Parts: sequence; C-alpha cells; structure tokens
Amino acid sequence: MQTVTLIPGDGIGPEISAAVVKIFESAKAPIRWEERNVTAIKGPGGKWMIPPDAKESMDRSKIGLKGPLKTPIAAGHPSMNLLLRKTFDLYANVRPCVSIEGYKTPYTDVDLVTIRENTEGEYSGIEHVIVDGVVQSIKLITENASRRIAEYAFEYARNNQRSSVTAVHKANIMRMSDGLFLRKCREVAENYKDIKFTEMYLDTVCLNMVQDPTQFDVLVMPNLYGDILSDLCAGLIGGLGVTPSGNIGANGVAIFESVHGTAPDIAGLDLANPTALLLSAVMMLRHMGLHEYASRIQTACFDTIRDKKVLTKDLGGNSKCSEFTSEICHRVQDLA
Amino acid sequence: MAAHGIVLSASKIINRLWGRRLGNTAKVFAPTLTSQRNKTYLPPPAKYGGRHTVTLIPGDGIGPELLSHVREVFRFSCVPVDFEVVNVNSALETEDDINNAITAIRRNGVALKGNIETKHTMPSSVKSRNNLLRTSLDLYANVMHCQSLPGVQTRHKNIDIMIIRENTEGEYSSLEHESVSGVVESLKIITRSNSLRIAEYAFQLAREKGRRRVTAVHKANIMKLGDGLFLQCCREVASGYPDITFDSMIVDNTTMQLVSKPHQFDVMVMPNLYGNVVSNVCAGLVGGPGLVPGANYGRDYAVFETATRNTGKSIAGRNIANPTAMLLASCMMLDHLKLYDYATVIRNAVLTTMNETRLHTADLGGQGTTSDVVQSIMKIIQSKGQLTADF
Repeated sequence: MQTVTLIPGDGIGPEISAAVVKIFESAKAPIRWEERNVTAIKGPGGKWMIPPDAKESMDRSKIGLKGPLKTPIAAGHPSMNLLLRKTFDLYANVRPCVSIEGYKTPYTDVDLVTIRENTEGEYSGIEHVIVDGVVQSIKLITENASRRIAEYAFEYARNNQRSSVTAVHKANIMRMSDGLFLRKCREVAENYKDIKFTEMYLDTVCLNMVQDPTQFDVLVMPNLYGDILSDLCAGLIGGLGVTPSGNIGANGVAIFESVHGTAPDIAGLDLANPTALLLSAVMMLRHMGLHEYASRIQTACFDTIRDKKVLTKDLGGNSKCSEFTSEICHRVQDLA
Repeated sequence: MAAHGIVLSASKIINRLWGRRLGNTAKVFAPTLTSQRNKTYLPPPAKYGGRHTVTLIPGDGIGPELLSHVREVFRFSCVPVDFEVVNVNSALETEDDINNAITAIRRNGVALKGNIETKHTMPSSVKSRNNLLRTSLDLYANVMHCQSLPGVQTRHKNIDIMIIRENTEGEYSSLEHESVSGVVESLKIITRSNSLRIAEYAFQLAREKGRRRVTAVHKANIMKLGDGLFLQCCREVASGYPDITFDSMIVDNTTMQLVSKPHQFDVMVMPNLYGNVVSNVCAGLVGGPGLVPGANYGRDYAVFETATRNTGKSIAGRNIANPTAMLLASCMMLDHLKLYDYATVIRNAVLTTMNETRLHTADLGGQGTTSDVVQSIMKIIQSKGQLTADF
C-alpha cells in the first residue's frame, strides 16, 4: 500500500478526482489517498504559501495527484500551480503527447514528449515598473537549472527507449540566456552518446510541428517555450482534456496533474471528462513502478474511447461523467 | 486633385500638432483618404524617370538566390524599380555592414531582404543583425496575412488570419547580463507607448480591411505587469473602435486553438515573442515557410521579407527553394510604392502557378525546381499581354 496525496482542486476538480479514485478502486490498485486542499494562505512575513498540512502530507508520501487549480489574471495572489512547483522544487514538467486511437484529430501518429524546465526562465515572476508606462519582466536562466533539466531529459530518453532529444531555444535573439541553456544541453549530451542530440529554433519547431509532428521525439526547453509548445502538442492530440502531465522534483517528489482549466461553467453538473486526470494517474503508477495496474487502467480508458459508445460531451458523445467512469470501471474489472 | 492634396496635408498637420488624441478626428477632415493605403506616411516618391530605388539585402542561405529571381521577374516585367544591393556579412563581428544597410534603407525608404544568419560561434555580445535593423529603423509592426491557397494540400482549409506583431521590444530587447557567474538575466520590456502604437495599428488595419474581430494574445496570468500592460493598452484602443469586436486569449491556449479550430481567428495582435510563435504556427497551417510573405512597417520605412524569416541553409544553392513567399513579398513592396498594376500582374501569375498550373517545389510535395516555377510565372506574365523584356 502506497500513500498518494490527492489534491482535488477547484471547479470540476472534485468530480474528476472522485472518478479516478473510483476507477482505482475497481482496479484494486494498492493506493491509499490522502486528500488535501492547497488554497494559498499568507504565512508569517506576508509571503504566500501552501497550507502546512498539505506540505506535510506531500513530504511524507512523495507522490501527488492534482486536479485543476484557479489562477486569477493580472492581479491577486501568485499562481497556485507556480507556488506548488516552487515549494517542492518540481523542476521538470513532462508531457507525453500520443495520438489517441478513437479520438480523431487532423494529426495522426503523434508520439512525442515535451520536457519543460519548470522553475525559472520567464516565469520567475520578477517584474518592475521602471517608470510610469515602462514595465520590465526578468527572464532568469541559471547554469544549474539548465544542466539539471538537460540531465533529466536525457535520463528520461534513455529510460523510455526514446532515440533523440531536441533542445528548443531562441539563442539567435536571446544570445546569453538561451545561449547558456544550449551550452548546458550540449555538455550533458556528451555523456549520452547513445541518444541523438539536435537543437532547433523555437519558431522552426512550431513551423515544423504543425506540418509534420512525427519528426519530433523528446523536446527539452526553458519555461515559456515549454508552456507554449506543450500546449501546442496537446492541441495536436485532442486538447487538454486528454493530455497527461507530470512534474518531477529534486528529492524523488513527483506531482502528476491534469492541465486543463477548472471549467467553472460545467462544475458540479456531472459533465466533466476525467481522461486527463486518469492518464496522469496512469503516468503516476508507471513512475511508482506499478506497471501492470497502469497498463490495465490505460487500456480500459482507451478501449472506452475507441468504442465511442459512452463518451463525455467534449469527446463527441453525450454521456455523463459518472457513466463514462462506470464504463471504464467495468472494463478494468473485466481485464483483471 | 489639388483639393485632395490640401486635405491630405491638413490632416498631417493636425496629426503632428495634436498627436494621437485627435487621430481619429483628423480622418473626418479627409474622407477620401481611407480609400487608399493610409498609414500616416507616404512611400518615397519616384525619382527622375519615374523609377524607384529599393535597398536589397541578400542575406544568407536561400536569400541571395530568391532575391535574384525577384530581380529577374522584375526585369522581365519592366517594373520601374532599381535595386541598391547592400551585402551584410554575418561572419564579421563589427556592425559596419548592418549600419551601411540601415543607412541605405533610410535613404531609399523601402527595402527587400533575405534573412541574415546569427552564427552560434560568435560571442554573445554580437547581436542579431535582423533585430538591429528592425529596432534601428523602428519598424514597429510586423504584418503577416495567412491565407489558405486552393492549390496547396493542408490539414485545415480556408484559413484567413492577419497577424500583427509588435516588432521592436518585448523579449527581443537584447538586454542581457550575467549578474553572477552562471546566472543570466534577460529583460523583457513592455512600454505603454509601443503597446498603444501597435494596438492602434492593428485596429486601423482591421477597419481598413473590413475585418470584424481583433484578438490580443498574451500571458498576463503569469506576467501580470508586463503583459497586463499590453492587454490594458489594447483594451483602451479597442474602446475607440466600437465597430470591431475585441477579445483576448492566453498564448498557450491560442496555439492549441490554432491547431484544432483555426477558423475562429480573424486579426491577432501580440507582443514580439508570441508573435514569433503564432506566426510560425499559422504559416505551417497554410502550407509552410515558402508561401507566406511578411512586411515590417515603421512610421517612415518599410522592409519586406518572407514571413517566417528562415535562412534555409540546408536547401541553399540547390535550386529547390520555394520562391513564392519572396515574390509575394516583392508584390507587397510594389503595392507600398503604389505600383499596383505591376503588383497585381506578378501576384496573379504567382498564384496561378501555385493554384492552377500546380507547379510545386519540394516543400509542397512537388517536383519542380525554383527556376521551373519562376519560368512558369514569367510565361504567365508574358501571356497576359504586358510589356516584357526579352526572355
């Protein structure tokens, strides 16, 4: 029995988390869930932080599964997702994008992984108003973070039998910052001669990605490019409703999450699609070494989508979330 | 005609005295102006003999060969444009070459350029030459019109998106320093005046072209002050254009929507880096880098190039590059110089070759060489009965 910290989140978060818990029960997966809330609170000294009981739970269990959290635009407290990442030093965001058979998009045969540096870059949150009407945002690139993410990318490629790693950058414009990132990637590539290393400009990647995504394998990049590209790739396979995501941290900590929004318009109406959170939970099982359970649940989920009989609205059907969940539960039990 | 000239100069005087505040009011004084390409500047007038001089910067990779084809087509069609060629050597560390180019553009007012490579082997103090050119000439608006072409096979059909990208500041400010060893800071600058300027440009262009919607692309949930300022400026300008719908979208959602539902977009305006990403995604959606022309407009100068600004080193010198983008860019340049007839003839010939004759280069899956395509274009121009030079 392993403990996992479950963070249901806001909006549709609670209902899709409940769906995943139900499916795991049907699969008899050896997971004990500890539910926690991570609404930002102001700690001593005025700094925003996550509630101490949530932190304690995560430190103990080391593995977390998270639903969507709200982020206000252009005001208010800092992004909760960012805060979680900073608290646990979740430096690598991994998003495997694989075309789902049965959910048709204009792009077929997509099979790539985006690995995004998750702690610094353009999202350092350091901004100043220099004079009235002039704002400066600072993009921070450090040697350590760049080396760490490059090492993770190559390790991931090796462990998952991927053949090439591409560094995505804009070192023609941001000579020093992306130049440093690129140098570190090159250095790390020297130690992984079995994996092909290429570098490509961000704009060229975008251009080629929408024409022929099959040419890409593992992509490693700084924060902002990673954000944009990982969402672009999610769009290729069908959107955030079906894309898993994992955040890997320094001390064996990992939080797997669904990356879609909180969808407040359908919250509480039993219309949500739990696929993204479910696939992230499958990623979590693989990370924990529970491959048999992972395969069973994933097969049940993909079979349900491929059969097209019971699908939620965003997948093109008109079933409820609970019906979709029950269908997967039945299939999981049948596959046992 | 004289009255037209007086009204034109009256509005220019008003614009200079009262600036942007009365910008829209000035238009009331000159109702006939909107029929033409009015952007508060006029292209340089033709010199003696009615011939314009345009600066030509060949650049690296496929730039030189594509631009020589442009000259070939212009010479063949008897276009009254002379090119002043300025070479920029990307292997040098000094900025003399690019400064010469900038001076030439200041002199001529208009330029056509290929992309200048930024070599990785150079020290990081050597800045991108293309960026230097854009910022020195204050070419603040990069305009790209992505349209699906009937003759090109793509996953999405009938795309028609205009992208207006702020071209001088944002992430491309080239302000970087290594504060501590191993820690590099790169500054992204957003200013109110530039944001207002680009938003104003976008809405004016939308109105001129009869477009219904402008979407601002940003990341203000993370960069609250920087992109927040940009968004606020767009909203302010939008309030002065009640006939045009304004909405905004976060950049990662935008890219996702572009690959799944691109038809929802009409006109898009955004800061520099997001513009880079979005314009490349859109170019890929309509068929690739060989098809879309781009223009960089400033208050006094205009520089035309391919929209995605690729050097194309891997295909250089092999006669397989697609000349469409560069030729369409040269037609945009001719429009800018008010040589509309020549522009229309060449543009129609290029599009006929693309859509009807379906002579495609390798990037579109065809077998044609660059010269084949150019020959076909010139044949079509000749067949239209225009005055042409000898083959």
